Amino acid sequence: MSQQSIPTVVVIGNGMVGYKFCEKLVGKSANFRIIVFGEEPRRAYDRVHLSEFFNGKTAEDLAMSAEGWYQEKDIVLHLGDPVIEIDRLGKTVRSSGGKVQPYDYLVLATGSGAFVPGIPGVEKEGVFVYRTIEDLVLIQQYARNCRTGAVMGGGLLGLEAAKALIDLGIEQTHVIEFAPRLMPRQVDSVGSKTLQAKLEALGLQMHLSKSTANIAGNGKINALEFADGTSLEVDMLVISAGIRPRDEVAKLAGLEVGTRGGIVVNEKMQTSDSSIFAIGECALHEGTIYGLVAPGYEMAEVVANQLCSGDKGFYGFDMSTKLKLIGVDVASFGDPFVAEPDGRSIVFEDANKGIYKRINISNDGKYLLGGVLVGDADAYNMLLQTVNNKLVLPPNPEDLILGARGGEASSGAGVMSLPDDALICSCEAVTKGDICSAVNEQNITSVDGMKKCNKAGTGCGGCVPLVKDLITGTMKENGQYIKNVVCEHFDHSRQELFDLMKINNIRTYDDALDTFGKGDGCEVCKPVVASVLASLWNDVIVKQHTIQDSNDRYLANIQKGGTYSVVPRIPGGEITPDKLIVIGQVAKEYGLYTKITGGQRIDLFGAHVSDLPAIWEKLIDAGFESGHAYGKALRTVKSCVGSTWCRFGLHDSVSFAIEVEDRYKGIRAPHKLKGGVSGCIRECAEAQSKDFGIIATEKGWNLFVCGNGGSKPQHALLLATDVDKETCVKYLDRFLMFYIKTADPLTRTATWLNKMEGGISYLKNVIINDSLGINEQLEEEMQALINNYHCEWKEVVQNPELRKQFNHFVNAPEEKDPYVQFDTMREQVKAKEW
Amino acid sequence: MEIQVAEAVKWVMICKTDDVPQNGGACVKYKDEQIAIYNFARRGEWYATQNLCPHKQQMVLSRGMIGSTGDACEPKVACPFHKKAFSLISGECLSGEEYQLKTYPVKVEAGMVYLGIE
Repeated sequence: MSQQSIPTVVVIGNGMVGYKFCEKLVGKSANFRIIVFGEEPRRAYDRVHLSEFFNGKTAEDLAMSAEGWYQEKDIVLHLGDPVIEIDRLGKTVRSSGGKVQPYDYLVLATGSGAFVPGIPGVEKEGVFVYRTIEDLVLIQQYARNCRTGAVMGGGLLGLEAAKALIDLGIEQTHVIEFAPRLMPRQVDSVGSKTLQAKLEALGLQMHLSKSTANIAGNGKINALEFADGTSLEVDMLVISAGIRPRDEVAKLAGLEVGTRGGIVVNEKMQTSDSSIFAIGECALHEGTIYGLVAPGYEMAEVVANQLCSGDKGFYGFDMSTKLKLIGVDVASFGDPFVAEPDGRSIVFEDANKGIYKRINISNDGKYLLGGVLVGDADAYNMLLQTVNNKLVLPPNPEDLILGARGGEASSGAGVMSLPDDALICSCEAVTKGDICSAVNEQNITSVDGMKKCNKAGTGCGGCVPLVKDLITGTMKENGQYIKNVVCEHFDHSRQELFDLMKINNIRTYDDALDTFGKGDGCEVCKPVVASVLASLWNDVIVKQHTIQDSNDRYLANIQKGGTYSVVPRIPGGEITPDKLIVIGQVAKEYGLYTKITGGQRIDLFGAHVSDLPAIWEKLIDAGFESGHAYGKALRTVKSCVGSTWCRFGLHDSVSFAIEVEDRYKGIRAPHKLKGGVSGCIRECAEAQSKDFGIIATEKGWNLFVCGNGGSKPQHALLLATDVDKETCVKYLDRFLMFYIKTADPLTRTATWLNKMEGGISYLKNVIINDSLGINEQLEEEMQALINNYHCEWKEVVQNPELRKQFNHFVNAPEEKDPYVQFDTMREQVKAKEW
Repeated sequence: MEIQVAEAVKWVMICKTDDVPQNGGACVKYKDEQIAIYNFARRGEWYATQNLCPHKQQMVLSRGMIGSTGDACEPKVACPFHKKAFSLISGECLSGEEYQLKTYPVKVEAGMVYLGIE
């Protein structure tokens, strides 16, 4: 096809929507020449997550496309060269750099700019808008010398900007809003109040119903003066008071624009000139500017479809949103404001926890019209589905926001509530739907069967517990009876086995198999029994090393290439210079790769199995102990520096973290355990993502439990508030022991809680109110484990028989595995690729 | 079948029985070869396979857990890396993949372990 016969499409604007348009058009047809003019100096980037730029993401991380994408797709991209003139008669555009480009179709994706109100003083130094990466760079530089800052605008973008200021370390961040409440367009007034209270608790200072009259300061801002005569001293100001469609080029070309801005388009996204389209935030459709990215993408789809002779149209868009503002869930869906006589509302408000939920239902009680969620938006997806698909409501629609009550089990957080397209095994791209239909249609009832059927769980294996839950969940839904058993050799659950082994004083695997099992055991039941034995008696595990899982057998983590990594315990992340030097010396002597771990300690990689005892001998001589990084056991208790150094710290979080880590070190559990202690609500130790998290308050400590990072992150839930150290430790003893005794194998505390009937309220009842009457026993059992603590590496180092277990060749103990090979990278070794 | 194999091979004394832990494995060196020997004490049986796991080419099978599977109690070893399981009798992969281990005849006499090498 000759060049002439291919139509030329010129796109003005290289933002998210402009980029998406290119992506959609090249995806549909190769028969267009595409030329893009962008004003900004870089490729289109993700503006929705702009604030992540302050959390360490780079402009490149935020980019919508890989470098070279435009070239690959034969798209000509002119960056930093905005179009300044459209000649509609000659069908050409002219750029500020002087390029003249003919077009057959023109797509305006010019987006919007920040709306800056005409307040005296907006030109002063220290006043910014929040729109582009360049704006952010300027804000970042200026903020270094600022202690106080304000954001003008309490809407969605304004609160995002406020979060950015907090992230930049501004001590006092103020939000100024003209309306009497926050997020007036999305959230009703009670919801706004709830949101406000939550944000104030996080340190934001709100000033509502404030109209700014003047920005004061000599050359640079030092205060805001309001119409009511009050004023506020600030070092900097970020204006985020709304958006203004970028329609100047369109206006200049004589295209029809709205009175308050925006390029007028029809349902085909055509402007008043049929060969010119407008999409995204610059387009005015039926009197509405759509300030979200999803409708912009839909408009891009409509134009791409039109150009390929389709007949898709744009007929408005659902503006429902769910977002996390500074850690607070906010969602608004359907029509959030419907009130009598057009509908009825069901409202739930919990001022204690900062939760507000409102749903609006039709007068006949049959349909959901919309609603607002603040503080807990877990139900958002389900509610949105109910509105959009006009699903008929259940007889008690309040259940939708309150969950099942009256002591009934909540089914919300379980795996079965995941949507069918949720990706379970990301290595092999297997979805929940694939797994459930394998159970339903091919009668697959085991993880092994599933692996053979669709390869789920055959990659990294991280999803295996989830796969197992889905199989059981689906079978339960079908009414099939499931007995929770360890494997083919033991007809008991882990919890049953735990009790049986305790009552019968079972001390070895063989004894357990002979008494309660059949066959010869396998790689599933051996580690389970090993874990139960360790949790019951806390004996030296390598005395029964052949029943231990891969890492426990060698008290180290097996890595690619068959070498091991070594992690000495560094309680609370505190370490002396002398100990640091020893780690460095050992690493140098044995040629180990060193890396700081996520748990505030140091991992040494690439150790030959036969070197492990010698390495540990040196570490133990220097006062180190095993870090149990290889075990289903307590890993680390991460801490922030706390009140010993930090000007915000309320209590000594490091000392508490060390105390807790020392207390529970070496204790084995159904899965690994991680803890955290933060010295204040800023939560630098990220304690709420741990199995147990302790956060200092003015009056004591808050104890959170059952948090999780990993593939399915989950925030920890509050178990106890403002307790003293002793009570905190007592609750922890009970909580951990209860988990150790009752959880299924390889089940983290978060999953354990999700499966627990009654959830956190049941757990609170057990741990705090002693509803099962077992707390005294739990405490005694925990104390017994603590009393039996030993550093298992010390036992090995001192015992020649145990040391022998670490030889690679039993018939050539002095020889190392010659198969081990390393590459180098950044002046250290790394494992050879497999 | 087993007897035929046993007659065709040369027996090499490779290590002491005490060197291989009960109900577990150990690695021995024969010339440049690494061989995993398993002391299945629970059944009074000994097995040997290549030490290399064919899945990711790792010299680790001797460090795997052994056990049995199915009604016939087929003896097996599971690789410590990704738990691919292999029959200790046939060397066949039991995790539904096309891998195959080399197996060796083993005998025990007077506290010593002998490998049958072709």
